[in-house]
Amino acid sequence: MNTQLPNDPSLRLVREMLRIRMVEEAIAREYPKGEMRCPTHLSVGQEAVAVGTAAALERTDPAVSTHRAHAHYLAKGGDLKRLLAELFGKEAGCARGRGGSMHLIDLDVGFEGSTAIVGSTLPVGVGLALGIRVRAEAAVACIFLGDGAMEEGVFYESANFAVVRKLPALFICENNSYSVYSPLTKRQPHGRQIHDVVRALGLTTAAHDGNDVFGVAAAVKTAVQAIRDGGSPVFLEFSTYRHLEHCGPYPDDNLGYRPEKDVAAWKARDPIVQAQERLRDHPGFSGEVIERWRSEIAAEIDGAFAFARTAPWPDPSTRAEYVYA
Amino acid sequence: MRDVPTTQMKVIEAIRNGLDVAMDLDPHLICYGLGIDDPKRIFGSTVGLAEKFGNGRVFDVPTSEAAMTGIAVGAALRGVRSVTVHQRLDFFFLAMDQLINNVAKWHFMFGGQRSVPIVIRLILGRGWGQGPTHSQSVHSWFAHIPGLKVVMPTNAADAKGLLLSAIFDPNPVLFLEHRWLHEAVSDVPSGDYRVPLGQARIVSEGGDVTIVAMSFLVPEAIRAAGLLARHGVGCNIIDLRTIRPLDWDTVSAGILKTGRLLALDSGLPICSVASEIVAFASERHFQSLKSAPRRLTMPDHPEPTSFGLTRGLHPSAESIADTVCEMLGLPHRFAPDPNAGPHDVPGAWFKGPF
Repeated sequence: MNTQLPNDPSLRLVREMLRIRMVEEAIAREYPKGEMRCPTHLSVGQEAVAVGTAAALERTDPAVSTHRAHAHYLAKGGDLKRLLAELFGKEAGCARGRGGSMHLIDLDVGFEGSTAIVGSTLPVGVGLALGIRVRAEAAVACIFLGDGAMEEGVFYESANFAVVRKLPALFICENNSYSVYSPLTKRQPHGRQIHDVVRALGLTTAAHDGNDVFGVAAAVKTAVQAIRDGGSPVFLEFSTYRHLEHCGPYPDDNLGYRPEKDVAAWKARDPIVQAQERLRDHPGFSGEVIERWRSEIAAEIDGAFAFARTAPWPDPSTRAEYVYA
Repeated sequence: MRDVPTTQMKVIEAIRNGLDVAMDLDPHLICYGLGIDDPKRIFGSTVGLAEKFGNGRVFDVPTSEAAMTGIAVGAALRGVRSVTVHQRLDFFFLAMDQLINNVAKWHFMFGGQRSVPIVIRLILGRGWGQGPTHSQSVHSWFAHIPGLKVVMPTNAADAKGLLLSAIFDPNPVLFLEHRWLHEAVSDVPSGDYRVPLGQARIVSEGGDVTIVAMSFLVPEAIRAAGLLARHGVGCNIIDLRTIRPLDWDTVSAGILKTGRLLALDSGLPICSVASEIVAFASERHFQSLKSAPRRLTMPDHPEPTSFGLTRGLHPSAESIADTVCEMLGLPHRFAPDPNAGPHDVPGAWFKGPF
């Protein structure tokens, strides 16, 4: 299908969120068939941070991410077929089936890699910023992290170094309030704000609604410009919420670990629904447009699943390859 | 050696020279580590580098072993090679997530798309009460991890040649320097001199026993060979130089040559490199062995600090020679040289504190 992406930036943001949501829902729907045999952390509910951030970055700006990286990878422009092929463990996967859902990469769009260990890519992202500085390039290194990662010691080490060398690093913190099932209220003292802690380290910080894609895009755009102009590294905290379980395709609120009223309030603030409401009076937006997007995206997803399903396995005789360059 | 001019240098000077040559060759190569431009300059190994190449390429860093290791990965992904340094290996334990999960695996887990060409210098302490947490040599841990290369030079020429090969290798390399070898002097070729990684060096070619050693145990083995020569025993000494990849061909040839294997290891005994070499000999060359293969390693407990507790702690020329005689069924046993200085320093040059 020859898909025409909307020229209007606002429409593009909404369409991209819808696309990521539909991809994640398709993965959730297909996952129980047992063909995608790897731990998979879905981004449903958290699309706005990924999409708003990526919209403010250049393709050549490198990004690193976490275990929950599908949205970051796709928003940055990562190839959908190769994402799904990676989940299916195929040679055509973005990491040739060596990495799975938690190790995504697409160098064509500056997506330098996501890894599974919490906080593990923070210094890698700062190192990208150091490399940019050493080579006198103009890029900004984008580092996606969650609220759990700022509890890791390496966060402080990485942020401190970024500040002391004034590196072009942008930290995008998706605060979804939970580290697996452990709420922030059990992990950090009452009343603490993550961005306050980070500000004390010397980064420029701000906190925003992570479910408002337009607000995210505006905040990141300002931050990226400030960094490109030679400013300090920036840390942006975005509050958001995951709709499905920490790892896997199902809802898990039957377990009762999140207050029902929180779940209801956050789902009422679904980033895609909110964005659509904001576009109600936009001349290029209508129910028809949404339906057209849905059918275009569904066709793209069907094609990508067919590709991933039918793609060949990696040759078992190659499984010891790539240990050394 | 070809007609390359050589200069007599200490190991520490050879490392400095190697860094200087590498930074001239690669205009993006950076060197960093805690104290790299401080008054002591990492035991002298970075003298003049910050002045010559500037703070953008040679710089002091926060006390942040984990982040500084991951930062090397990120810089490498952006086309910037690095040599980082830790004045004691033991501090580098703080960086194990970065080392094992990122440094070692980046090339593999992304299907070979990006390699991580970095060098991490780790200085091994010994003696003068370095004790439980300033003296650990865990080359066997590192060698256990696919994706890493592990180098342990014993002399100045190898230190420079292996360092330059490590820096321009496309893979991550851990470069383990023994503090007691820093002042060892030998002829070092000038310029871009490289010693290939993964090639052991045959130090002596005796016919009675093959001794495989690394790092500071190589000079001990050479001293042992001197003691044994007086009794007509010839030692075939192999300096591994690289622990991973390990030069199994040279080890094999050595075992076949003498039929007797003594594997030395400056680390702990359980799951050691010496264990691996003895296992290799037993599996591959059982029929060729004239006696049971043996190991000499550190004892299986942490290193104490007290001068009164460390005498005889490490494998020495005497314990090596004793073990060889046991293997050969000879009655000779060797007492430490009564004229040797204190057991806890490598020589008069070492005044402590670390």
